[in-house]
Amino acid sequence: MFNSLQEIFSTLKQNKLRAIMTGFSVAWGIFMLILLLGSGNGLQHGMENNFRGVAKNALWIWSRQTQVAHDGLQAGRRIQFTNEDYDFLVNMFRDDISNISGRFRLWGQGTVTYKDNYGDYDLEGVRPEFKNIQIVDIIQGRYLNQMDMNEYRKVAIISLPVKKALFKDEDPIGKYIRISNVPFMVVGVFENPERRDDEQIYIPVNTAQRVFNGSNRLNELAISTNALTVAENKRIEEAVRTTLMKRHKVAPDDKQAIGIWNTLEHFKQAQGVFRGIRLFVWVIGIMTIIAGIVGVSNIMIILVKERTKEIGIRKAIGATPWSVIRLVLSESIFITALSGFLGLVFGMGLLSAVSIILKNIAQQSPQVENIFYNPSANLSVVVSALVVLIIAGLIAGFVPARKAAAIKPIEALHDE
Amino acid sequence: MSNSIIKVENLHKSYKMGNNALHVLKGIDLDIKAGEMVSIMGSSGSGKSTLLNILGILDTYDRGNYYLDNIKIEKMNETKAARFRNKYIGFVFQSFNLISFKNAMENVALPLYYKNISRKKRNQMAMEMLDRMGLKEWANHLPAELSGGQKQRIAIARALISNPKVILADEPTGALDTQTSYEVMNILQEVNKMGITVIIVTHENDIAHRTQRIIRLRDGIIGENITNGDFQPITDNEIFTNN
Ligand SMILES: Nc1ncnc2c1ncn2[C@@H]1O[C@H](COP(=O)(O)OP(=O)(O)O)[C@@H](O)[C@H]1O
Ligand SMILES: [Mg+2]
Repeated sequence: MFNSLQEIFSTLKQNKLRAIMTGFSVAWGIFMLILLLGSGNGLQHGMENNFRGVAKNALWIWSRQTQVAHDGLQAGRRIQFTNEDYDFLVNMFRDDISNISGRFRLWGQGTVTYKDNYGDYDLEGVRPEFKNIQIVDIIQGRYLNQMDMNEYRKVAIISLPVKKALFKDEDPIGKYIRISNVPFMVVGVFENPERRDDEQIYIPVNTAQRVFNGSNRLNELAISTNALTVAENKRIEEAVRTTLMKRHKVAPDDKQAIGIWNTLEHFKQAQGVFRGIRLFVWVIGIMTIIAGIVGVSNIMIILVKERTKEIGIRKAIGATPWSVIRLVLSESIFITALSGFLGLVFGMGLLSAVSIILKNIAQQSPQVENIFYNPSANLSVVVSALVVLIIAGLIAGFVPARKAAAIKPIEALHDE
Repeated sequence: MSNSIIKVENLHKSYKMGNNALHVLKGIDLDIKAGEMVSIMGSSGSGKSTLLNILGILDTYDRGNYYLDNIKIEKMNETKAARFRNKYIGFVFQSFNLISFKNAMENVALPLYYKNISRKKRNQMAMEMLDRMGLKEWANHLPAELSGGQKQRIAIARALISNPKVILADEPTGALDTQTSYEVMNILQEVNKMGITVIIVTHENDIAHRTQRIIRLRDGIIGENITNGDFQPITDNEIFTNN
């Protein structure tokens, strides 16, 4: 092995410039392949970040005005969800639903204050189960729990930006904030990984209804289902929609009155798009590499022609056809593998540099991570690229190697 | 058993030239004993190189028999032919045929590479061989940096390194001046004294004169087969004054 490596080196040294020129096309092909695949991954990771804070099989349900008169009721009637809708869905979809929560939003409920600090924040009453639908990271303390619900506790959990605004460096746990002058005890601090800047406060939904005159009203419903497939989730979505439409006497053809956002469906759609992009990238990359192979092959053929005499000498002193094939093939593989490896290293290097730069940008504007995040080529990509390289080298060397093996020593050594 | 190293019976060879065939060898009979030093003479185009190439298994023949070391050499695949060449035969050419980008030592060592001998061992053996040729100081020089005589001595060293039974030299002095030619002949005679059979193709009488036997090709057959001493040069006697 080392023996033949020495042979390869001494001949390649002889044709340094040509070897470099040849290698460049392969290096370029691999470089582009890695770059494209990495960018594809970056876009996909960004998209997945968009869904990270949400259960992937969630249904977000909201209501609007009816568009169609139905059952003796006028069009333009506003649909209002209530706790009864919640109870009904819990009973009816016991097998299909893993988590469900009503959402009671406190629009314009005035300011939230702590000592001298105050601000207007996004206020919402939710159930403890909501943490499995809109997934947040608990930084400090705890999430809302069933006891809070049962006892109508005036407790709140606040997002990190709210904590920073109201409490600065002070420990907020156990302290009281005032929401529309009603004191609520802070029991937890959370961060929404999807939207880190959001200033949000969650309180128990039944406390919210009682304290802020909500009666039994709910603005929205959020569900995470047991569905594993898009089709299953879609079925549950339709069943929930039909049930709610019936309960609220909505005309069957009134598509506007009740809206449902099906996360799984959109997640899969987005994934499908990125699968397509990845396939496209592979096709482009492979085609670039094929161009490289043709280049290597052509130059190896010229090289073999120029080395006719040398190969004739080698044969005269005992080189078998197979050893000549091996000489040419290993040169070809050596050029492709080495230059491809360089392309690989440069591609990976550029990707990780971009990754680091993006992380720095994300410190200021986290939104970037929802578009383009961690543009890496993973191990399987690298391994596939290497396999492609070795095969490329073999293919590139095949024709010239056969030409070399067919050289007849008497013709090669003919004295003119 | 006979001690023939090369035995040729009624050997025929023709080259196809389109529709015609050029009949070059028309029934050669030849018997060269192990340890002999023989020269093959003949006018240009008489088929000396053709014969030598067949003897070296670089080329095939059409008819007849060829025994190398009592082994019948027939049409064989290239791999087998390469093994035979590597084992039995060392070539020396008029134009040296050294590999231009390898230095003297690497050139000499190359046949051992095809015997799967380690690099270290190869280079060591090559150095010893160069030493015997008086070229040790030139080991790291490329062929282009050497004189014609030095190049031919390196080519002889390369032919000898794999310990062949036969050295086949096709006009080894054809590109050299008289003085250098004699130096090269001295070396080939040394080689022959080691017991290696040497066959030299030449058209120079003085070179042929230094071998034990002269075979003259004429019209595709052996025209003369003269043991030295009986040898009468065709041209003048001036060469003898050189001795
Ligand atoms: N490969 C070949 N194809 C066709 N003709 C050839 C070939 N090699 C040699 N010849 C012809 O065969 C004849 C003998 O050639 P060669 O053996 O080289 O003669 P010498 O070495 O005695 O000068 C010449 O006429 C030459 O032109
Ligand atoms: Mg000739």
